[in-house]
Amino acid sequence: MRERVAKGWSLGLAALLAPVTLWLGLFFLVPLLFIVAFSFGTSDVYGGITLGFNPGNYLRVFDPLYLEIIVRSFGIAALTTLICFLLGYPLAYFIVFKGRRWRNTLILLVMVPFWTSLLIRAYAWVVILGGNGIANKTLQFLGLTDGPVNLIFTPEAVLMGMTYSYLPFMVLPLYAALEKFDVRLKEAGKDLGASRWQTFLRVTFPLSLPGVIAGSILVFIPSAGEFVIPDLLGGSQTVMTGNLIQNQFLQSRDWAFGSALSVLLAVLLLGAIMFYIRRVGSDKLEGA
Amino acid sequence: MSATTTKSSRKGTTGGLPDWGLLLVSALVYLFLYAPIAVLIFFSFNSTRSTQVWTGFSLEWYGQLLADPTILQAFRTSLTVGVIATFIATVIGTLTALALSRHSFRGRTTADTAIYAATVMPEIVVGVSLLVFFVSVFIPMGVELGITTIVIAHVAFTISFVTIVVRARLSGMDRSVEEAAQDLGASPVQTFFRVTLPLILPGVMAGGLLAFTLSFDDFVITFFVSGVGSSTLPLKIYSMIKFGVSPVINALSTVVLVATLFLIFGGSRLLVRKEGA
Repeated sequence: MRERVAKGWSLGLAALLAPVTLWLGLFFLVPLLFIVAFSFGTSDVYGGITLGFNPGNYLRVFDPLYLEIIVRSFGIAALTTLICFLLGYPLAYFIVFKGRRWRNTLILLVMVPFWTSLLIRAYAWVVILGGNGIANKTLQFLGLTDGPVNLIFTPEAVLMGMTYSYLPFMVLPLYAALEKFDVRLKEAGKDLGASRWQTFLRVTFPLSLPGVIAGSILVFIPSAGEFVIPDLLGGSQTVMTGNLIQNQFLQSRDWAFGSALSVLLAVLLLGAIMFYIRRVGSDKLEGA
Repeated sequence: MSATTTKSSRKGTTGGLPDWGLLLVSALVYLFLYAPIAVLIFFSFNSTRSTQVWTGFSLEWYGQLLADPTILQAFRTSLTVGVIATFIATVIGTLTALALSRHSFRGRTTADTAIYAATVMPEIVVGVSLLVFFVSVFIPMGVELGITTIVIAHVAFTISFVTIVVRARLSGMDRSVEEAAQDLGASPVQTFFRVTLPLILPGVMAGGLLAFTLSFDDFVITFFVSGVGSSTLPLKIYSMIKFGVSPVINALSTVVLVATLFLIFGGSRLLVRKEGA
């Protein structure tokens, strides 16, 4: 067997890596360092900023007004992840084990909405939940409500829009994990006298954990930082961290506080992911 | 292995949930995924302004769509940005994938982590950090927020995706052909353009397609780095939704949906054919 991987640094390797280092260094890393620096600065009333070491922007987060928004964001993101899992797992399971020759078509049908614009998908819910829209008509038709009720601009509307938008992110990794599964293991479980639920809980589910972890991360991150969906479906009643950050940069022009919120969001999210992976076991991620 | 799967699922004995329960849940999830899109398309053909009550068929909103020059302008901007950003990101991403899959070097783990970090960073954080950077560095240099900054931002957030896709393709590749070319006296550059590139082309094109879709659809990052002058299609759609629900948005959404579908199916067809050849 010949040496397939070149070892050590060479001129060729440096040439291959130079463009990405420059681009991501200059337009990803440096901007992040800028907001870290700005987050310790002081904003003046004209929207300018004085650099320094002012921890005040981070302390402001503990104002109950802001704390409520941040806690709400993470709560909605966690709920979205849970609902996506509860809907996505049976679906992925169905496609892999019962899909038979329609398996590829069925998974493609999950991917199509994932490829279409998020903005358009959110707009669809604005139409459905808004005014005396289809959702209200259905509720009245089913006799659940007498007249139109307010459905849009509620936390539930945001939850609905987020679940709708991020469900494919959960199904795809679950599908990938279950697809690799060796069915003989289930048969072995059955032969040894385990019931279907026992086989599922003790064999199938533990082996699909890498997909569960990957799916949860893929849903949780964009949900916690979401800005468009609460903006269109939540209104002023369901402000999330993303909206708060946007507001600091484009309306209040308090860039120092906005930067602190952004840094905090990134740190909290990355911390949550690391904790989650540690907790469930990083070895399980390897198959994902 | 897939043969085993089919056989045992045909028996219908495997599973944690009863079959009818699974079928019902799955059918409802598909309904949930497609009903909103169907409703959206349906009311784009409505004869009145209502997006709630069906009054009759008309193409009026498609006519209004074509008559609005700002929408066409936004579409052109999105296309320009998408093409330029995709080209740059695909080249850089492919080079990065080659470096990561074919070389082992000190700092490779760091490079790997950086690539993944760029994909998991919340969009809003990427957007505001680029805004801060452009305003602090670019504007004093005389570069205003506009197409240039949008392209730079789109390349920055799509490089990692291209790298991941191309790398997956490279890892499954037989390198003996390349070695044969080199043994026959081809230079590394000749080997790359004549042997490696044609072999990984499906992966490169898949990466490019993904980059283009991400760029064309991006709203959040573009929202922060676009400035006042230039509007991409998602920015235009957003301002239309903010202005109020209208069947014109339904018509525009339908057009975008159909175009995206054509791009994906056309793209995947092309890739499948290339792979078969």
